[in-house]
Formats: sequence, C-alpha cells, structure tokens
Amino acid sequence: MKCSQSLKYTDAQQSQQAAVSIMDIKASERKEPLIRIVKRNELSRTQVLALRLSSAVMAVAAGGLFILMLGFNPFMIYASIVSGAFRSSVALQATIKIMIPLLISSLGVSLAFKMKFWNIGAEGQIIAGAIFASYFALYHGLWPRQALIPAMLAAGIVGGGIWGLIPAIFKNKFNTNETLFTLMLNYIALNLIVFLRDGPWADPESGGFPKIARFVPNVQLPKLFGVQIGWIFALALAVFLHVYMKRSKHGYEISVVGESASTAEYAGMNVRWIVLRTMFLSGGICGAAGMIQAAGSDYTLAQSVAGGVGFTAIIVAWLADLSPLGIFIVSFLFSVLSKGCSVMQSTYGISTYSSNVLQGVILFFVLGCEFFIRHRFALRAPEGEAH
Amino acid sequence: MDAEYAIECRGITKTFGTVKANDGIDLNARFGEILALLGENGSGKTTLMNILSGIYHPDSGSVHVSGKALHINSPSDAIGLGIGMIHQHFKLVEIMSAMDNIILGAKDKLQKPSSLKRKILDLCDLYGLKIDPEKKIYQMSVSERQTVEILKVLYRNARILILDEPTAVLTPQETTGLFLILRKMKEKGCCVIIITHKLNEVLEISDRVTILRKGKSVATVLTAETNEARLAESMVGRAVNLSIKRPLVERGKPALEVKNLTSLEPDGRKSLSNLNFTLYSGEMLGVAGIAGSGQKALCETLTGLSKAHAGEIAYEGVNCMGKSAAEISKLGVRLAFVPEDRLGMGLVGSMGIADNMLLKTYKSGKGAFINRKPAIRQAERIIESLDIQTPGVDAPIRMLSGGNIQKVLLGREIESRPKVLIVAYPVRGLDINTSYAIYDLLNEQKRNKTAIIFCGEDIDVLLEISDRIMVLSDGRITGIESAASLTKEDVGLMMAGMDFRDKVQA
Repeated sequence: MKCSQSLKYTDAQQSQQAAVSIMDIKASERKEPLIRIVKRNELSRTQVLALRLSSAVMAVAAGGLFILMLGFNPFMIYASIVSGAFRSSVALQATIKIMIPLLISSLGVSLAFKMKFWNIGAEGQIIAGAIFASYFALYHGLWPRQALIPAMLAAGIVGGGIWGLIPAIFKNKFNTNETLFTLMLNYIALNLIVFLRDGPWADPESGGFPKIARFVPNVQLPKLFGVQIGWIFALALAVFLHVYMKRSKHGYEISVVGESASTAEYAGMNVRWIVLRTMFLSGGICGAAGMIQAAGSDYTLAQSVAGGVGFTAIIVAWLADLSPLGIFIVSFLFSVLSKGCSVMQSTYGISTYSSNVLQGVILFFVLGCEFFIRHRFALRAPEGEAH
Repeated sequence: MDAEYAIECRGITKTFGTVKANDGIDLNARFGEILALLGENGSGKTTLMNILSGIYHPDSGSVHVSGKALHINSPSDAIGLGIGMIHQHFKLVEIMSAMDNIILGAKDKLQKPSSLKRKILDLCDLYGLKIDPEKKIYQMSVSERQTVEILKVLYRNARILILDEPTAVLTPQETTGLFLILRKMKEKGCCVIIITHKLNEVLEISDRVTILRKGKSVATVLTAETNEARLAESMVGRAVNLSIKRPLVERGKPALEVKNLTSLEPDGRKSLSNLNFTLYSGEMLGVAGIAGSGQKALCETLTGLSKAHAGEIAYEGVNCMGKSAAEISKLGVRLAFVPEDRLGMGLVGSMGIADNMLLKTYKSGKGAFINRKPAIRQAERIIESLDIQTPGVDAPIRMLSGGNIQKVLLGREIESRPKVLIVAYPVRGLDINTSYAIYDLLNEQKRNKTAIIFCGEDIDVLLEISDRIMVLSDGRITGIESAASLTKEDVGLMMAGMDFRDKVQA
C-alpha cells in the first residue's frame, strides 16, 4: 500500500510543480477588501426600533449640518419647521389638509404592495379618480348634495379602479411588467387633464387662460373642525383596511398571493381574480383620494391634483411596513415636514431647492436605515489577528 | 506521506448572524488524492466550498494553496490558483456549443476553432472524457453537461477540483462513469475533493474522508479503515439504524386510475406522454427518474395545479380530468399533496403555523371573515403530535429548521385524512434523523389505507420503502415493477430510458 502510494506521488509532484508555476502569476500580496457587506441575523423588535430612532437622530443631525452650511442656526430652523406645522389651529388644519390625500393613497398602494404588485401608478389613479368625479362636478353640479357627493366618490373609485385594473389585466393576460405599465399610465392620465382643460372642459369664462372651471359651492366638500370632511373618510378607511387585511378572507388571500403565487394556486385560490380585485381596490382607493383632493381642497380639476402625492405614497407605505396604523403615523410626519418646510421657506427666505435638499437628507437617513436592519458592514480583520 | 498539501484549510470560521456555518474547520488534500467531504445538509459543506471558491470570506482561519497562505477574493482568483469548482447546478449557456462554453470567460487569445477543438479533444483523451465539442448544451444530457463543466475547469488548468454533489443528478451507470474519470484525474496528479452525503459513494471513490457535523470538522479518516455504519455515526453524532421499514398492508381498492395521460409544456413539448397506471389504497408507489423526467408535471397534473392535455384521471371512480385543485376538493376527493418546493408552494414562509393551517381551510367558514380558532387548535395539535420545535403558533415558519418546516407541511396534509397522498422529494435537505421520522409518518399513513405516491431521488430509499416502483424517463413510463424484484441497476437502466420489458426479453 505504502509503495503504491509513493509511486503515485512522484507523478503527483511533477504535476504539482506545473500547478505552482501557474500560481506564481498571482501575487500572494492580495488582501481581502477593507469593507464588505454582511447579512445580519433577524433583529428583535426593540433592536429595530433603536436602529430606527438612531437613524432619525442622525437624519436631524445631518440636516442640521446642511442648515449650518447655508448659514442659519439649525435649532431655529427646526423649531420653525415644528412650529410651522403646529403653531396655530390654522397651521394644523393646513397640515392635515396635506395629509388627507397622502394617507388615502398610501393605504391604496399598500394593498397592491402587500400582494407584491408593484403599483407605481398611484399618481395616475389619483388623477383618473379626480377626472371621473369632476364629470359629475362639472355637469351635474346642481344635483342634491346627498346624491351628488356619493356619486362623485363612486365615480372617483371607479375611475381610479379602472386605472388600476388595466395593468392587472395585461399582467394576467400577457405577463407585462406592472412597474413600467403603471408608471406610463401616470403620464397618460396627466395629459388627459391637459386635453380636457384645453378642449372639451375648457372654462369658457377664463378669458383664454387654460383652466377648468371652479366647482360650484354645492360640489365642494363640507368642512368639519375647519378641515374638509375627507379626513373622516381617510380615518375610516385606515380602520377598515386594518380589519380587511388582518381578519378577512380577502386579506388572507392577498398576503398569500404576495408571498408566492404558486402557494396560492396550490391552496386553490383564483390568483388572477385576486389580482384583478385587489388592483381595482388599490386603484379605487387612490381614485377616491383624487376625488377628495379635487372636491375638498382644489375646488377644481387642476393638473397638479396629484402633485407627486402618488409617488410619496410609495415611500410612506414602505416606511410604514405596509401597516395601516404605521401609514397613519408616517403620513402625518411627512405632512408635518412638508408644511413645516414651506413655513421655514417663507420665514427665513430659504429657497425651495434648499428646502427640498433638507427633506431629501432626512429621507436618505430614514430609508438608509432599512438597509442596516438587514445588513451590516464588516471590516477586514487586522493583519496577524485572524490569519 | 509528508508531501505538501495541495490545499489546506486551517481553522476556517464563518458566521451568518448567530449561526456558525463553519466553526474552526480543518481540511487538507494532496495532489493525487481523492478526498470526500461528508456531511448532512446544514453541516457547512457548501459554505466551506464557497470560501474556497472566493465567494465568501472566512471570519477567521486561513486557506493555504501549495503551502502558501492566500486570500481568495473572487472565483477568478480561485481559478487563477488552480482551484476549479464544479457546482451542483450547472452554469452553462444553453444556446452555445460545448466549445464556446469552455472558453467563455477564459482570458486567453482568440484562437481558431479547429485548434481549440483539438486542444479540447486532447484534454478529453488525457482524462478519458467523452464529448462532442460542437454539440449545443441544450441538446445534451445531464451527464454530458457535467462533462462540459469539468472540461471548463480543466481547460483553465485547474489542478484542484471540487465537485459539489456531482452524483445527485446522475443515474447509477452515469455515476460509475464519472468515478472512472475522477480516478483518472487522480492518476494524473489532480487533487479531487468530492462533496456528498451518500455513504456508499464515499467508500467507493475516496482515499480519505473528512466528516463535517454542525459546522465542525469532526474527523478525517482513511476510507480503507472505515465502513458505512461508522461514517454515519460520526456524521450524525450517534449510532443510527439505516434500515427503512416496509410494512405489509393488504392492497385495497383502486384509489387512483390514470389512463393515457398526456400533458404539454408551454412550448408544446410533451412533459408527460401517455401514462397508464393504477394506484391502490394501502400502497406506496415510488416514482424514480432523473431530475426533470416528468415528476413535477405528474404531481401537478394529478393535483389539478396544471391542466392535462389528454387522458383520464379518476380518484375512486370520480373523474377529475381537467379540474382545478379547488374543483377537485369540491368534488369530495380527499387528495393531499406535499410539493417539492415547501416554502415556495406548500407553505407561506412569513406566516406562522396557524395561518399556514388556514391555507387549506380558510374558505370553509361562512362570511367574509376568517375564524382562526380552529386553525390555532390544529396547529397546536400538530406541534404536539409531530414534535415540532417552534417558539409558538404565530412564529414565522421560515425561521424554523428545514425538518420542522416539512413536518408542518406534512402534518397539515395528513390532518385532512387523505385517501391519496402525493409527496415530492419529502426528505430533500433534511438530516438523517428527520428523514427517518418522515418515512415513519408515511408508513403510518399507508397502514391507514392511504394510497401514496412517493417521488424520490435516492434509489436505495425508494427500493426499500415502496411496494412498487414506477420509473419515468423523458415523460414516459419505462417500467412499473414490484420493488422487491428490482435492483438498483435495473432502475438505473430504466431511468436512462430503457424499457424494463426489453431487458427481460433480451
């Protein structure tokens, strides 16, 4: 046995030399990279909370640095943001007015996201809802209010729902990419307003200025505690969706489809139908936001009816981890930031761009924190210690 | 024996979160030697391999190649050092020829196809490989593809070859062929490391065995001085009984009759072609075949998850042809299916055990809302009876071990008291202990007069546990025979597409 082995080794040694000569090309100086990304184990809830809080602190600190660079006192600026959103009941009402469409459409997209249907089209669905509702506002504005406002809400839901349904149908039939599809539908909806404004729905009394007529007072949503009643709808919706997602069969189906379509099929679910139903609902809720914005705040159908809310809603929904309660809190904080920054701009004469940078810096940290919940950086071990 | 090691690992440690995948692993192999790396799933084999091929960095420990401590930062570093990896899942471009795949990514000058072909054929001669360099990959069988993978690393002058579970996809005959090639490599002075969990293969091919258990290298022994039982013992950590029971149950009425069943792939190819068989209650029918021979299509057409093209499927006389899964269950057919992709198809990973129980029953309650109470009770019952380790009924099941996940799935399916139970690869990725617990569970169902279809990949296990074996090859049945009358070689021939009856006649 030993003999045969030593025989083999002479053969082996030759080839080994050949192998070594190949290796000489590679210098052994190579070090492993200084920093690399390592996956974390799942953190406990308190650890995640601590991480989120510390990222918020860092966001404020980094934003403060930026304000210092602009030559202002960060404490005063931050104070003006907070007081800008809360200083008076009027300010608070304005903050809530910003919050209403954001909350509703965030709830809407969260439904689609729960199903892992990447609905980037909230913007278009808001607009579609507003357009459908505006038909009643412009042509049947004198109906009794008890009939008119429900009709407008229903029209808004149907409009947004159709806008959500189109990509779902195509996804079902041709497996199209819903991200691109919903995104493109946004521009179609936006330009539909331009078409209506310049054509069939142009305000004859505007004197050539391109706009759609202001809604008659009968159409405008009534106010409760100084804010249009859309806030009641938003709150009720949040509660409804909480129950819908947690307790209903539909909610269970959405979660299963989102996790794995093949599991859903395995369980005998009609995946295509669930996708259609949920996208109608998701788009419909966004459409309701459009109706509420047009009839409750703008009192007309303007090109800015969505105004980027549909995109912000995506951030809100994910930051809140798709939970209705979380969406309520996050959309409130977003509205505070938005309102506060506009007050800051006017008080200190800071430009809109600087204000946007500040909001961006804060968001960057908050979103970046999500990365660190799942990953961490590892440094190269000092020479001689590990190797 | 004092020859320098071709490759040596000293104290390799790698942690993922709280899991120590590798914990101070020592391993070495010489040129002109075949080393088997033996370990159960989850013992750290793949992690170690990924470290050697430069995909992961070890947290501590060092890798020495030909006696030099080195950092391997990328797979191309690894190949530059002469380390060639043959992965379990081939990484080939289907539309290209063998030749093109072999030079793909190699950093040398453009050369004439004729000279390249000669080079490849020279390599083939040297190691006893057989390949047509101009054949396209998509026209190749699994073992031919594997040959291309091997040539790929040989062409790059690899002298240290690491093969990850190379026999998992091969028939017994192809395995024998592969082993011939590996021995040839050893003669030519290559260092071959073969990763496996099959004990008989370790004994057949290797010179030495390094055994991993729970991320630690527990022993390195000379193959000549060990045996199957001792290997199993060091792999599992205690003595294990490796025999599988086959309880005798009287064959009952036909539970499932399949006639002329044909199903098509989306591209029009036949995934099942003219299948005829009858399954009886109280019978375990083992389904063998090379991976991708129609097992998945069989399971999914029988359960109504995909539509059959033609033929008949009848459960206890109830025609279920063309019905969806939901419709079949509405017809009162008690059919249960344990799919191969547990978290991707059978269960929802982010939900707890209770919510996973709901998957089969959520529709039954009245109204728009779900009643979770029965599901919670059912979850508690299964946790108790199958001894499932979990923090609670609502803990996401993806956090559980593979064995516990499979128990949740199998437990839920058994709870529906099925007449027909279809299981696909039920022990894939499970440790020996849990595998035997699963076999016991299936046998218990058989005693309860359930008809069972068992799709498996380990022929030895199938031969031991099944009453009859049905072999699929390219979507056709090449034989249905009593398991007791078959040898492993018979099954291998049928898997390769030879009709068993032909062999009997010959």
